[in-house]
Amino acid sequence: MSLANLEVRRISGHAATVPGAGLKRDLEVAKLVDTTTCIGCKACEVACMEWNGLTYSDTTFQNSYQTMPETTFNFWNLIKFNEYEPEDGGNLMLLMRKDQCMHCEEPGCLIACPSDGAIVQYANGIVDFQQDECIGCGYCITGCPFNIPKLSPQSQKVFKCTLCVDRVSEGLEPACIKACPTGCLHFGTKDEMKELGETRAKQLREQSGFAHAGVYDPSGVGGTHVLYVLHDATNPEAYGGLPRNPHVPWTVWLWKKPLKWIGNLALAGGLIGMFVHYLRFGPKTVEEDHEEPKEGKQP
Amino acid sequence: MSDSYLLPNDRVLRYSFRERLMHWVAGLSYLYLLISGLAFWSPWLFGLSAITGGPTISRILHPWVGLIFTFGVLWMYGVWSKQMRSTPRDKEWWRSVRHYIRNEDGQVPDEERFNAGQKLLFWGFFWCGIVLLLTGLVLWVPNWIPWSLRFLRLIAIILHPIAALLTIGLFMIHVYMGTAVERGAFGSVIRGDVSRKWAARYHRLWYEQILRQSATKE
Repeated sequence: MSLANLEVRRISGHAATVPGAGLKRDLEVAKLVDTTTCIGCKACEVACMEWNGLTYSDTTFQNSYQTMPETTFNFWNLIKFNEYEPEDGGNLMLLMRKDQCMHCEEPGCLIACPSDGAIVQYANGIVDFQQDECIGCGYCITGCPFNIPKLSPQSQKVFKCTLCVDRVSEGLEPACIKACPTGCLHFGTKDEMKELGETRAKQLREQSGFAHAGVYDPSGVGGTHVLYVLHDATNPEAYGGLPRNPHVPWTVWLWKKPLKWIGNLALAGGLIGMFVHYLRFGPKTVEEDHEEPKEGKQP
Repeated sequence: MSDSYLLPNDRVLRYSFRERLMHWVAGLSYLYLLISGLAFWSPWLFGLSAITGGPTISRILHPWVGLIFTFGVLWMYGVWSKQMRSTPRDKEWWRSVRHYIRNEDGQVPDEERFNAGQKLLFWGFFWCGIVLLLTGLVLWVPNWIPWSLRFLRLIAIILHPIAALLTIGLFMIHVYMGTAVERGAFGSVIRGDVSRKWAARYHRLWYEQILRQSATKE
């Protein structure tokens, strides 16, 4: 979205330094999603489509309240429903989790992206796609541990939740937060949201009997800028497949870090080696020979 | 070696038109894949995509050109795989490769139509080509691979560059040998012919076989 209003921390596929890095003071922002007070009204889904001007598309019946199986290129905010029967024989729970881009501190999409400037991470923690620079390769789809970036079949560009960067850069809260009727969605600095989440989790543990209640802020991706309060933080998978320990895929890491350096050194070494070989040994020639079977031909 | 025979003026036909054509189908498509692929490989080389049509066009064309390259490689396999089979002589050749590198060709065992280095190039490109094709198909349409089969993408994204780097190593040596070092080799894959001296020097067993063939014909 707008590069003008926010300080950039990191740029995908970028060989040089990041312009203006460290120039301004920016607070890190975060969304807090309290799954324990979500009523599944989907107002956030509607607000997201409204604010971002997303086109409508057919929904598919999921045998549940869920709008569609997963987020799409034009549906960035999806409430995931799961009818969950606790293994210890407790009451059936209808788990509802607002699924969207997690805005990782260590974004697998940005690390995998080869295109200069197609993905930026702002100093406030928002990870944003710049479709102008996107080449449609889909590496971000492979780099993401949360199954979030989606390719548009029309434009062959990748889209996802922007954390309403255009609103946030103007001092507004994201559209989904604005629309939430129960107050289960909060927006503020990462520190504030973390504190608020921990307070709520403590309340759930001490007053509501959810012994394993906690805040989801996975360290494998350096923490995220979307936090969840879960009734049972030891079982995030129950919340529509929230990964227990998300991290940048190790093959992506292997490819972008050691392999790239080994490969580049090998390429440069090969070129230098050939040049030195030519200086030292030169070409093979057949002019001055070396006996050759005579075919009776004389010059 | 029905593709090779003696020509007038002390020349020998080394590569038939069919062989030259398939070499360049594979070679030129590989060149496109190399340049566009290097652009996606490193931010420092991203600018190379300007040569291959710009970043987005490069991303669109790279897989299609990959199919042309696959076609070229399979064609070569059909025509050359028998001649590329490893022989005990190849082991001897590798043992004296040091002399070959130092241009002491007199101390290198006589070779048939293809020497052991060329065979390595052929099989390296063949097997890496298979890996590049399979992983490339996955990377072509990552959005078609469901989340449950995500491991395919994760395997492809690391194997594709590894296989590509191996072919780049082979490619660099191939181009260096074919243009700068072994004078006459480049002409043989353009016009098809080499001198008798060249044939006797680098592929003596092949040359002698041609001589025998032409002698029996006459």
